[in-house]
Amino acid sequence: MEQQIVAQTLYGIPLNAYILLSAVLFSIGVLGVLYRRNIIIILMCIELMLNAVNLLMAAFGAFRGDSNGQIFVFFIMAVAAAEVAVGLAILVMIYRNTKNTDIDNMSKLKW
Amino acid sequence: MKSLLLLSGLGVGAMVAELINIKRFLFPLVCLGLIATIGVSIYDWNTDIHLFNNMLRLDNFALLFTASLSLITLLWLIGAKKYIETETSISDKYALTMFTLLGAFIMVSYNNFTMLFIGIEILSISLYVLAGSKKNDLFSNEAALKYFLMGSFATGFLLFGIALIYGVTGSFHIDVVGEYCRANAGNIPTMFVAAIVLIIVGLAFKVSAAPFHFWAPDVYTGSPTMVASFMITVVKTAAIVAFLRLFFAAFGYIPGTWQAIISVITVLTMYIGNVTAVFQQNVKRMLAYSGVAHAGYLLIALVALTNLSGGAIFYYTLVYSIATLMAFHILYIVSDNKNEGVGFEAFNGLAKRNPLMALGITVSMLSLAGIPPLAGFFGKYYVFTAALEAGRYKLVILAVIASLISVYYYFKIIIAAYYHKSNKAPIELSPAHRFLYIASIFLLLFLALAPDFLIRWAK
Repeated sequence: MEQQIVAQTLYGIPLNAYILLSAVLFSIGVLGVLYRRNIIIILMCIELMLNAVNLLMAAFGAFRGDSNGQIFVFFIMAVAAAEVAVGLAILVMIYRNTKNTDIDNMSKLKW
Repeated sequence: MKSLLLLSGLGVGAMVAELINIKRFLFPLVCLGLIATIGVSIYDWNTDIHLFNNMLRLDNFALLFTASLSLITLLWLIGAKKYIETETSISDKYALTMFTLLGAFIMVSYNNFTMLFIGIEILSISLYVLAGSKKNDLFSNEAALKYFLMGSFATGFLLFGIALIYGVTGSFHIDVVGEYCRANAGNIPTMFVAAIVLIIVGLAFKVSAAPFHFWAPDVYTGSPTMVASFMITVVKTAAIVAFLRLFFAAFGYIPGTWQAIISVITVLTMYIGNVTAVFQQNVKRMLAYSGVAHAGYLLIALVALTNLSGGAIFYYTLVYSIATLMAFHILYIVSDNKNEGVGFEAFNGLAKRNPLMALGITVSMLSLAGIPPLAGFFGKYYVFTAALEAGRYKLVILAVIASLISVYYYFKIIIAAYYHKSNKAPIELSPAHRFLYIASIFLLLFLALAPDFLIRWAK
C-alpha cells in the first residue's frame, strides 16, 4: 500500500523535471571536471556525470514502463566502479611519486 | 562468439599463468591464439550470427575487422615482446592486451548501445592501466592520468547521448533507432539531435578528432612507446569502426542533422593534426599528431557514407596501422627505451647504422604520406573516391592540400636517416624484429597491388 503511494508520488512529478534535473547535474559534473584542480574532486565530478545519466535512464525506463533503461543503469554502476578502482590506483601511483594530488603538477607533457 | 571466447580465455589464462609459472610459454600461446582468431573469423565468414538477443552482430564487416585487428595485434606483439618481457608483471601486460583487443572486437560488432558502452569500457580500462605501466616514470603517470580523466569524461558524454536516444526511441537497439530515424526523418525532435551531438563528442574523443584531440599527443608521448603504438593503431581502428557502424545502421537516414558537424570536425582534425605536426621536435609527438591527422582522413569516409566507405576504412586502417606500427617499433629501438621520446637527430645516420631499419622507416613514412607506389596512397585514394561519389568535392580538395603539408614532416625523418651523419654504433636487430620489418615492408607493397581484392570483402 505504502509502496503504491510512493510510486504514485514519483509518477506525479513530470518527466521533464527529471530531464531537467539530470541535465543540471550533468552540467555541474562537466564544469567541475573543467574547473577543479584536485584529482579526487575531478573523479567525484565524473561520478556525478555518470549518476546524472543513471537518473535519466531510470526515469525514462519508469515512464516508458520498460525495464531496459534500468538494466542499463546496473551496467553503468558496475563499469563505473571498475573505472574508479583503476582511477584511484592511478591516483595512488601519482601520489607516491609527487606527494600531492594537484592536477597542475601534471604538466610535464606539453607542445 | 568463438573469437570472443578465445580472447577472454587467453586473457584469463595469461593471468593464471603467473600463478602456475608458465610465463615462458605465454608469448607463443598468445600468438597462436591471435592466429586462431584470424582463422575463426575466416571460418565464420558469411554466417551473420546474432548473439545475446541480437546485441552483437557478427556480420562480414565485423569479422573482417576482427581479423584485421588480430593481425595488427600480432604484428605489434612480435615487436613488443622485448618491451613486455624486460619489465615486471609480464603476464598482466599480456592479459591487459588481450582484454583491450576483446573490447575492440565488441566495438566492431555491436548492435546495441549497451554493447557499444561495454566494449569501449573494456578497451579503455585496460588501456588506462597499460598507459601507466611504468610506475616510477612521471611521464607515464601523467599519461595514465590524462587518459583516464579524458576517457571517462568522454564516456559521460556518450552515455548522456545514449540516455536521450533511449528516451526518444525507447530502445537501445541500433536497428530500432535506425527504424525510428527512417520513419521520422522529417521531424526529428531537438532531444534526438542533442543526443547525436553528444554521441559524436563522446566518440570523437576516442578517435582523437579535433577539437577533442588535445589529450592524444600528451598521452601518446607519455605512455611507454610500445603501448602508445598499440593505442594509436588498434584503438583508433576500433573507434572509427564503432562510429561507422552507428552511422550506417542508424543515423545514416538523417544526414541533415550531423553531416555539417562531422564535416567541420573532419577539416579541423586534418589541419590541426598536420599543421601542428610540422612544428614538433619530438618524433613520438610528431607521430601522435600524424595519428590525429589520419583520424581526419578516416572521418572523410564517414562523412561520405557510401557503399565504398566500409571498404575504404578497412583498407585505410589496415595500411595505416602497419605503417605506424613499423615506425613506432623503429622509434623504440632508436630511442634506447627512453620513454618521453627523442628528437629527429636520433634517426641520424640510420642508413649506415642499419640499412634495413632505414628502409623500413622510409617505406613507412612514404606510405603514411601517401606517395604512389605504396599502399598508403591507395588508402587515401579510396577514401577520396568515396567522398567524390557522395559529391563532397570541397572536402577532398582540402584533404589533398592537408596531405601535401604532411609530406614535409614525414620527409624530415627520411632525410635524417639518409643524409645526416652520426658516429653511433651500428644497431644489431633480433631475428624477430628483422622478420617484422621485412613482413611489414612486404605487406605495404603487396597491399598496394591488391586494393580492389580487399575492398570487395568489406561490401
